[in-house]
Amino acid sequence: MTSLPVVDPSAPETVPRRISRRPSGGDAVFVNAFRVIGASVLVITGGVGIFLAVQTVPTLRNYGIGFLTGSRWEPEVDVLGIAGVLVGTVSIALLAMLLAFPLALLTALFITEYAPARVKGLLVSLVDLMAAIPSIVYGLWGFFLMMPHVAELAYWLQRTFSWVPFFEVRGTDPDSPVWDTTRYIASAFCASVAVAMMVLPMACAVMRQVFSQTPPGEREAALALGATRWGVITSVVLPFGRGGIIGGTMLGLGRALGETIAVALIISPAFEVKWNVLEVGTISVSSLIAIQFSEASPSQLSALLAAGFVLFLLTLVVNTCAAMIVNRSRSGADS
Amino acid sequence: MTTTHVDGAVARTHLPVRDDDAPPPVARLSIGAPNADELFVRVGAWVGAVAIAWLVTQRFLPLAGVPWFVIVLFVSGITMTALLTTMTGTWVEVKDRVAGSVITGGALLVGAALVSTVAFVFLRGWRALLHANFVLDDMAGVDPKASFEYGGVAHAIAGSLIQLAIALVITLPLGIGTAIFMTEVGGRFARIVRTVVEAMTALPSIVAGLFIYAVLILTLGFPPSGFAAGMAISVMMLPIIARAADVVLRVVPGTLREASLALGASRWRTVWHVVLPTARPGLATAVILGVARGVGETSPVLLTSGAANFMVTNPFGGAMNSLPLYIYNGARSGEPALIDRAFGAAAVLMILVLVLFVIARLVARPAGSRKRRGLLKRGIRRLSALTSRSSS
Repeated sequence: MTSLPVVDPSAPETVPRRISRRPSGGDAVFVNAFRVIGASVLVITGGVGIFLAVQTVPTLRNYGIGFLTGSRWEPEVDVLGIAGVLVGTVSIALLAMLLAFPLALLTALFITEYAPARVKGLLVSLVDLMAAIPSIVYGLWGFFLMMPHVAELAYWLQRTFSWVPFFEVRGTDPDSPVWDTTRYIASAFCASVAVAMMVLPMACAVMRQVFSQTPPGEREAALALGATRWGVITSVVLPFGRGGIIGGTMLGLGRALGETIAVALIISPAFEVKWNVLEVGTISVSSLIAIQFSEASPSQLSALLAAGFVLFLLTLVVNTCAAMIVNRSRSGADS
Repeated sequence: MTTTHVDGAVARTHLPVRDDDAPPPVARLSIGAPNADELFVRVGAWVGAVAIAWLVTQRFLPLAGVPWFVIVLFVSGITMTALLTTMTGTWVEVKDRVAGSVITGGALLVGAALVSTVAFVFLRGWRALLHANFVLDDMAGVDPKASFEYGGVAHAIAGSLIQLAIALVITLPLGIGTAIFMTEVGGRFARIVRTVVEAMTALPSIVAGLFIYAVLILTLGFPPSGFAAGMAISVMMLPIIARAADVVLRVVPGTLREASLALGASRWRTVWHVVLPTARPGLATAVILGVARGVGETSPVLLTSGAANFMVTNPFGGAMNSLPLYIYNGARSGEPALIDRAFGAAAVLMILVLVLFVIARLVARPAGSRKRRGLLKRGIRRLSALTSRSSS
């Protein structure tokens, strides 16, 4: 039997309870405590950036606009210019990406498309392990194991493709029967081989992750239409993963720009704007800091900090572009 | 098949006749497996390529050495594959085979590079590891040219661990706390923090070291010490760990949070009992990989710690060595004995990183659907525990 509620006229009038989103009690403590943590991290990390930015002011005042355009770095006569250093940094990073990009792409494709399912997990772990190997180890590898071979390759490149302007090595005669090894070692090319090993797993991991998110429906549709494996790759996997390919490559480029120890170990410093990547001697911003910091006067130290800030800006632009490309692409929407 | 036209006559239907004398049908090959033809093309091409490569590099052209052999082998292998496929297949198949060979070859090259790196370090460093004193002694009073019988890298190992501990004490609460703030508290301020933290992951590690060098050592007058090195590693690691933890916390399903809140749990209890336990394997992986990165990073330490060759355990007590720095100085010294010691130290560092890496893999669950389900199950278990506790 249904009974209707009886309205009691003597009861006090009910008002709807007020709903507030404002945290109260323990929640207020929680929210505010973590807000403090977030703020302190903001202060620490932002402080580093602002400190570096402030350091560029005295540097630009001391050395003028020549600090950005000049290529000479002579602390003895107090002439500092980072144009040559920047060119060296960019050439090492670009060469490293030139080596790492095709290998990363091929490895990512192999892991997602060709590797048997049983070993796939192992291969993914190996790529991650490659990323975890300290950069000093790659430096040792590049310096002691690869350098002689890379110098030989540089010699061969110079002889075979002597018409390419980048491959010119000044002060050598490519036709002489005995080659002068010392002109080919410690070059941007040698450093870029070691740097390529460092950025390869990073780029490869991003690409592999994006490739593995390819919608199975599209893949199967291509197979059902009679596509070969390569057909599936060109018509489904690569178009889907384009954002990941570009983004991963740029993330790798960002890391390559900032790499220090392997570069400092391999190159011999040379301060000039030069595009002869096979020739001995180059410099990058990070290795410049590693080599020069101990004997720098206060004004030179702020110049080094300013150089570091320029490098940071360069990396930041590259990383931001990478993040934007990955986020805008179809494949990166949820990563 | 069953209709035929005979001189324009009306088409007639023929029923197939069963032929009892016909040979039994051949068992159908499984569709995925290559048949004999394909196997021959795949294997035969590479066998032929080995022969050609040997002929070219050893007999015809003056191209001695293993690298040339591998290059010629690769080129001729791909050419042979393409040629053999053209004999039977179409252009589409040729492209497929060649692409397969190139992709496999590229992956093999990367694998070879990885193996050569690890093998090279251990091959040049294993001799040092045979001596127990290499990991138990320091270099105090030891001649740099002395054999492995004397001295070791104990001071560098201790320094690395102390600096890492300092960095962890600072970055772990701050990094994970920031990640919780960014995902669980939210708001406009959290978005600003996230933007800045993501931007600072672009900070090159050497610049982090230079910052600490300029501020802590030159301006505030601290001596180069383990503490300064730990701070430099912290500045480098903090954005990395915060960002990685943020990514991990963001994949915790929102339904779990809503379920917990709907059951009446406070926001703090939701975070502590549901979100963090659910994300624990991911968080552990992020932290351990960050640690592996921090222990191997040389550049911040190079600027801030100085390099003592004796055991220093007080982080404020002046110069302190660490493994990457010891390796770097040894490799740059040009002294063969010191270079050998550097390789020994590199082997120790590699073992350290490998152990950390394996732990990270064990902590993380296997990828795929099982992970998601395990995650959910874990969250649901937490939820039921929470409700039973709050109802009692």
